[in-house]
Amino acid sequence: MRNSNRSVSIPLHQRLVPAVYILFLMLPIYWLLSMSFKTTNEILGGFSFFPQDFTLENYMEIFTDPTWYRGYLNSITYVVINTVISVTVALPAAYAFSRYRFLGDKHLFFWLLTNRMAPPAVFALPFFQLYAAIDLYDTHIAVALAHCLFNIPLAVWILEGFMSGVPKQLDEMAYIDGYSFPQFFVRIFMPAIASGIGVAAFFCFMYSWVEMLLSKTLTSVAAKSIAATMTRTASTAGYELGLLAAAGALTIIPGAIVIYFVRNYIARGFSLGRV
Amino acid sequence: MINKTIRQSAWLFVVPVVLLVAFNALIPLMTVVNYAFQETFGDNVFFWEGLTWFEQVLNSDRFHDAFLRQIMFTSIILLIEVPLGIAIALSMPRKGPWVSVCLVLMALPLLIPWNVVGAMWNIFALPDIGLLGYSLNSMGIDYNFTQQPISAWATMILMDVWHWTSLVVLLAYAGLTAIPEAYYQAARIDGASKWAVFKWIQLPKMKRVLTIAILLRFMDSFMIYTELIVLTGGGPGNSTTLLSIDLVKLALGQFDLGPAAAMSLIYFFIVLLICWVFYTLMMKNEKQ
Repeated sequence: MRNSNRSVSIPLHQRLVPAVYILFLMLPIYWLLSMSFKTTNEILGGFSFFPQDFTLENYMEIFTDPTWYRGYLNSITYVVINTVISVTVALPAAYAFSRYRFLGDKHLFFWLLTNRMAPPAVFALPFFQLYAAIDLYDTHIAVALAHCLFNIPLAVWILEGFMSGVPKQLDEMAYIDGYSFPQFFVRIFMPAIASGIGVAAFFCFMYSWVEMLLSKTLTSVAAKSIAATMTRTASTAGYELGLLAAAGALTIIPGAIVIYFVRNYIARGFSLGRV
Repeated sequence: MINKTIRQSAWLFVVPVVLLVAFNALIPLMTVVNYAFQETFGDNVFFWEGLTWFEQVLNSDRFHDAFLRQIMFTSIILLIEVPLGIAIALSMPRKGPWVSVCLVLMALPLLIPWNVVGAMWNIFALPDIGLLGYSLNSMGIDYNFTQQPISAWATMILMDVWHWTSLVVLLAYAGLTAIPEAYYQAARIDGASKWAVFKWIQLPKMKRVLTIAILLRFMDSFMIYTELIVLTGGGPGNSTTLLSIDLVKLALGQFDLGPAAAMSLIYFFIVLLICWVFYTLMMKNEKQ
């Protein structure tokens, strides 16, 4: 054990590298938080590193004004719907890809990936027309379905990666023991890849949460996303930077809460289950 | 690797995924194709235009410029983020309580909505009241990203480095921690230098994850839109108008649907090509 510790020992000056990097990462976040606690007068009055006139007014406005807090609720609604749909349909598909060969399987797997990589800008206008045509424009389900474009491929790829790590003997043993396929899948297989399901759900949640171009294009009033609310503030209210900063700071919270639980799987999720 | 059984009925498992994704991918794509080859004056009346729009886009300076800026942006961020990411991953502790702290803090930028990333950097870089802008200007550096193209480019690149370097770090770190201890012991017995350990053990073992990291960064930087539109809006002038921004300006700003659709298809074709390279490399990696 002594040897193993020494082999990866890192000199002190090198340990500073991650520390400096983290400091660099935290600076803009600190600035956002700092701005969110300042009054508009202080912000426009000039530069100050710490809020001089500490205020919770910006947050109060967000929590009391329905146009603001409904933005968050709307965003969370479509994100949750999307996550449930994506993971549910991806589970059987990923199982098929990890266990069977069938006509066109490789092409299909590749085609799915192309949708994860499709630039949302290409799809913004046609999506608007499509969802307007089927009368779903400005509903949560529209955004949830639209985000399936990149989240289903993501979930399929991540789950396939986890499932390929489970030996096939597990399936065979279950059949010998007399389990039907649905029983086996729900009672034995899903618990075996529980961490994979968690990771897939987390990444679907995250990508749907951070995506803002489609969610803005597909909603206007009833299901207006927080992105649309923020854009409108930025353009109409002129220079309410404090309010904008508070709204931005609040969007960081969902990610910050869950990140701890998936910390050991972040690389695996971002690499589509390939690490 | 699992030995897969041939079984055509496995298609049934895949049907829901195919239907949902096809609904979102194929119908909009057909709309784009419709506009790309035809001219319309509204009321759903279309006139065949053939390749006119494609020629117009491919011959326009505007597209060339946006494409060049895109290539430049992607190259610069790759050249910074990949070596930096590797260096940081190499310096991270391998065990102990600090690992979790590092991982969580580093992953934080990856989880922030993209328009908030743009807004945050806008506020951070404002020349008179932003921390970065104010500091630079008080050091005597003339910096104003809303007026000077060079400052705008620097801010845009710094923002992307801030946003995405952690992705390279996390992937490289995952590759590093997967190296068996025995490799290091063997290297120590041979008296290998740090550089030799990096070149002959760490780098080859990271090859797989680094391929993925580079290709993901390549493709995602090709689609960058939201962060930039909030930070610079493509300006000053057109200096930070990359492909996505140019496309949206063309489609929604000017409502030139024909050229915009043609550009979408060209853009999508480029992404498809890169995607295919990504897939082939990754599958080759997995076979090894």
